[in-house]
Amino acid sequence: MTPTRDEFYNALIERHGAENQKKFDGATVAICGLGGLGSNIAICLARAGVGKLILIDFDKVDISNLHRQQYKADQVGMPKPEALSNNLKEINPYITIETHNVKVTEENVIELTKDADIVCEAFDKAENKAMLVNAILENAPEKYILSSSGMAGFGSANLIKTKKISKRFFLSGDSVSDVNDGIGLLSSRVMVCAAHEAHMALRILMGEATV
Amino acid sequence: MVKINGEEYQYDNKQLTAVLEELNYDQTRIAVEINEEIVPKVCYDATVLKDGDIVEVVSFVGGG
Repeated sequence: MTPTRDEFYNALIERHGAENQKKFDGATVAICGLGGLGSNIAICLARAGVGKLILIDFDKVDISNLHRQQYKADQVGMPKPEALSNNLKEINPYITIETHNVKVTEENVIELTKDADIVCEAFDKAENKAMLVNAILENAPEKYILSSSGMAGFGSANLIKTKKISKRFFLSGDSVSDVNDGIGLLSSRVMVCAAHEAHMALRILMGEATV
Repeated sequence: MVKINGEEYQYDNKQLTAVLEELNYDQTRIAVEINEEIVPKVCYDATVLKDGDIVEVVSFVGGG
């Protein structure tokens, strides 16, 4: 039986404390890209009780995504924002989710993320990562931007770290493992990196903007 | 002397674009901060490094 809203939040308060839970509940986080990074980040944040997520991706679920992204076999062909939103609501029925089935560009990124306290970059391509980080730092300096670079391959998970680049810019990953070097992407290593980004988001919301 | 990603270089009075080219950065895959302030891409040509500048060049790789 699905717990009531009160039951659900009381259980979260028991784990996180009332003060932290209030901060999570009042927060809005935008996730740009809903692949291996974004779908895992979203699940961490939904489970923690972040009040609102803005999910943005232009793509549909593909069979090649299932090895590392939080979709199910029967969701192949669905738009990723819709599929992920459904999965998140099964985990946390009381979360507010805004979905955008569009490609993020320099032109639309500020409008798409305008309500977010934190923007999580979760793209696949290096050029798109750079575009988003530059756009937020240049045009929305009041927001936090969390980004990931270097989580491909089968190397040690311990090489993945989060660095604070500047006051509101954090970077997770090993900085070097490029998927374009033909080294593949393994669910566990991508998930470690996604968890770094999600964990940093939650720490920032708790007022601990340090690594 | 300027510091780029923690290493010291004699790039005083040198244009940022020239420095990025010399260090082989792909300008489509980077974000540059000088003294913790973002440098907009359109300003790379007009930005000249000065003694004591702390430069961070974040170079992104693919995968996500």
